[in-house]
Amino acid sequence: MKKLAIKFDIRTYTMIFALIALWIYFGITEERFIAPQNFSNVFNNMSLVALLAIGMVLIIVAGHIDLSVGSVVGFTGAVTTLLYANYNWSPYMAVCAGLATGMLVGLVQGYITAYLGVPAFIVTLGGLLMFRGATIWVLKGVTVSLPEGWVRGLGVAYLPREFGIALTAIAVISVVVFFIWNRNSRKRYGFVVDSFPVTIAKIIVASAVIIGFVFVLESYKGIPMAFILLLFLALFVGFLVARTPFGRHVFAIGGNKEAAKLSGINVKHRVMMVFVLMGFLSAVAGIVFAAKTGSANPKNGELYELYAIASCVIGGTSMAGGKGTIIGAVVGALLMASLDYGMFYANWENSFQYIAKGLVLIIAVFVDVMSQKDKSD
Amino acid sequence: MREDMSGEIVIKMQNIVKEFPGVRALDDVTFDVRKGEIHALCGENGAGKSTLIKILSGLYPYGTYEGSIEVHGQSAKFKGIRDSESEGIGVIYQELSLVPEMSVGENVFLGREPRKFGMVDWEKMMFNTRKVLDELGLNINPRSRIKYLGIGKQQLVEIAKALSLNSNILILDEPTAALTETDVELLMGILKKLKERGVSCIYISHKLDELFQIADRITVLRDGKTIKTHEVNDVDKHTLISEMVGRELTEMFPKVRVEPGEVVFEVKNISAYNPDVEGRKLVDDVSFKVRAGEVLGISGLMGAGRTELLNVIFGAHNGRTEGEIFLNGSKIKNRSPRDAIEAGFGLISEDRKKYGLVLIQSVSKNITLSALKRVVARFFINLNKEHRYSENMVQDLNIKTPNLEVEVNTLSGGNQQKVVIAKSLMTQPKVLFLDEPTRGIDVGAKTEIYQIINKLVAEGVGVIMVSSELPEILGMSDRVMVMREGVKAAEMDIGEATQEKIMYAATGGQ
Repeated sequence: MKKLAIKFDIRTYTMIFALIALWIYFGITEERFIAPQNFSNVFNNMSLVALLAIGMVLIIVAGHIDLSVGSVVGFTGAVTTLLYANYNWSPYMAVCAGLATGMLVGLVQGYITAYLGVPAFIVTLGGLLMFRGATIWVLKGVTVSLPEGWVRGLGVAYLPREFGIALTAIAVISVVVFFIWNRNSRKRYGFVVDSFPVTIAKIIVASAVIIGFVFVLESYKGIPMAFILLLFLALFVGFLVARTPFGRHVFAIGGNKEAAKLSGINVKHRVMMVFVLMGFLSAVAGIVFAAKTGSANPKNGELYELYAIASCVIGGTSMAGGKGTIIGAVVGALLMASLDYGMFYANWENSFQYIAKGLVLIIAVFVDVMSQKDKSD
Repeated sequence: MREDMSGEIVIKMQNIVKEFPGVRALDDVTFDVRKGEIHALCGENGAGKSTLIKILSGLYPYGTYEGSIEVHGQSAKFKGIRDSESEGIGVIYQELSLVPEMSVGENVFLGREPRKFGMVDWEKMMFNTRKVLDELGLNINPRSRIKYLGIGKQQLVEIAKALSLNSNILILDEPTAALTETDVELLMGILKKLKERGVSCIYISHKLDELFQIADRITVLRDGKTIKTHEVNDVDKHTLISEMVGRELTEMFPKVRVEPGEVVFEVKNISAYNPDVEGRKLVDDVSFKVRAGEVLGISGLMGAGRTELLNVIFGAHNGRTEGEIFLNGSKIKNRSPRDAIEAGFGLISEDRKKYGLVLIQSVSKNITLSALKRVVARFFINLNKEHRYSENMVQDLNIKTPNLEVEVNTLSGGNQQKVVIAKSLMTQPKVLFLDEPTRGIDVGAKTEIYQIINKLVAEGVGVIMVSSELPEILGMSDRVMVMREGVKAAEMDIGEATQEKIMYAATGGQ
């Protein structure tokens, strides 16, 4: 199984294939799906769930789960909005306070799970209820508007075209550099590498995809800020996973907790930190959610934990722990958002939409379990 | 009073051969059990006792072994445990198969609860349970929950369960390992009573004193072969021990003797408590020293506390611990494996798949897992460095792998073990603990692991090797320590060590 340094294995290819198939299907049956406006919406929309999903990957990989995410989204969004709108904090301080709140929640839930040994399912289920209650309480049951400003921009603004193009250029150059450097690196170590023409072909395809996307998005309003935020955080978390001892430790814990412990890994500490990271990302998502809707609503974030988990699982994260990718989670979120919009334009009944989403999740896991069985035979 | 039932053979196993990849666990074993007798089976760890029982119980079904089995005179071709159960064979394993949260009655009739109109007939269940318990003279309330009974009583419930299944052949695997003296006496009494009822018993134990108390015949297994079956009155402990270990030491070990240096490692009064049972010690006041360049072999039978001893030193024991550890003269407190590794210890655990490897990850990632800070530059992992370190390890230890990226579970047992060793060596330990380092490994890899030990010893590392293979202990150690039931039973220089002496100390002989 040939792999690039970004984990593109069979599973990821399958998913991307499924995604493209889905786009083609809806593209053909529903004209409006193909429109740039729709793609813009899809990318905008999926960013929220994806922000949560990239944190959820580590939680599930470590062998736990976080059901409180949606409620924390609501709560942290409310905290930021209230401090900004009602208490006249500067937007920077308000955002910091929101992020700090999220991290504190993560710290507490993480501590109870890792050090006190209470199952994460129970701790975060409690969190789900408590923080929803807390959200309603701080908002006093009403919706509070988020003032205009850059904070709002996080949810509704678009990257100015110049930056968009600059970013694209950087992305394409990075792709070229990365592919070439990676290939040379692997050649030096005697790994099998694609022939040079194949590498060039891959570079062209990847660059074309990037340019294509940006083009489609720019022909509407440009790249959504929310997506840019997601991009950077996904790269950050991806880097954490692939290139830091912390990431290695988390995957080792998920792969074999006993072996991890005996190898000298501080299991409890790592698990707690994974929850802190999730708390941070939930807060980011919470602020973006409020920014998108323009206000902090007591219901913000409802059910989002489920969408996040579904994105991870569809994206190849194994519920057994020890296996999962950041890029998979992002593609999973993209797939779900595409499904959402596709069904919307096809005028499927609400009930059918829920059923369809659930089915996709089950099929994705089924495919995963089946492919595992083949491996072990 | 014992009826004269000698002569009727209830179990006859002939020419049994059982092979696993790379090893012959049973080599032409012949064994029989008479009606109403208690036939003891003894031998070292790995002699083949458990394997023989698994074949008899049907766990290894007909077709996975060679040879024939006859039960009550009929040819037996068990396809599974149910088949042996219906022939009257009941096995009481060391790990009891009771449901702690359920009552005695529910456990005894688990899976075959008496019904009345399709629903469970509780009265009948408890009544029948009471009957079985009374037959054994046991004063246990059928309604009490298993988890509130002591382990001794739990074991007796297991026996009651087997009897209620109309077992007339009981197999007990190390039954007294976890029992107090009172419980042992209770058990002995019950076995004698069962004997009078015509129940036959296969009793596996290495506690030779017990065997002389209870058995009618004793069969010794060694390296998968039946050595001899004795009438209990015709044999003594000395002969049994000789037979258990009396192999010719033909294997040449590549031992390189190095002039030992200063004491690099010392432990004083180490004790470890059972985390589940109040006040029970698994390791009892053990002290020893190891010098640089020395190999200390730790021998002993299962349950002797060797692995627990290593875990205490390494900071991996779950219960309460006592004692002191000194490395190069300074006192060390290992609260976790992390502390131990940082202090300069390394541990190669008994079960590499369970404790040593992250099977779904690559060879390279497994090798560097304990020493990531050696490949880190400014917070992130330098993949080049990691690759170089892993490559060096693979070459040094001769790990056979197509490349560094393959999942470690695709490697053979011997190579997997080398990966675990590589992981430890990357932390540059001053003292290395090995727990059954060559278990389940082919001969070629075994030799390579011995050579790795040699190299370490030459570099001045102190090596402590726990092993159940006496030839290995005698072949590779400079000194031997024998443990028995948690205590240090003996310590000797290699010059004065023999298989018999070690086994004596391990079983409690003189």
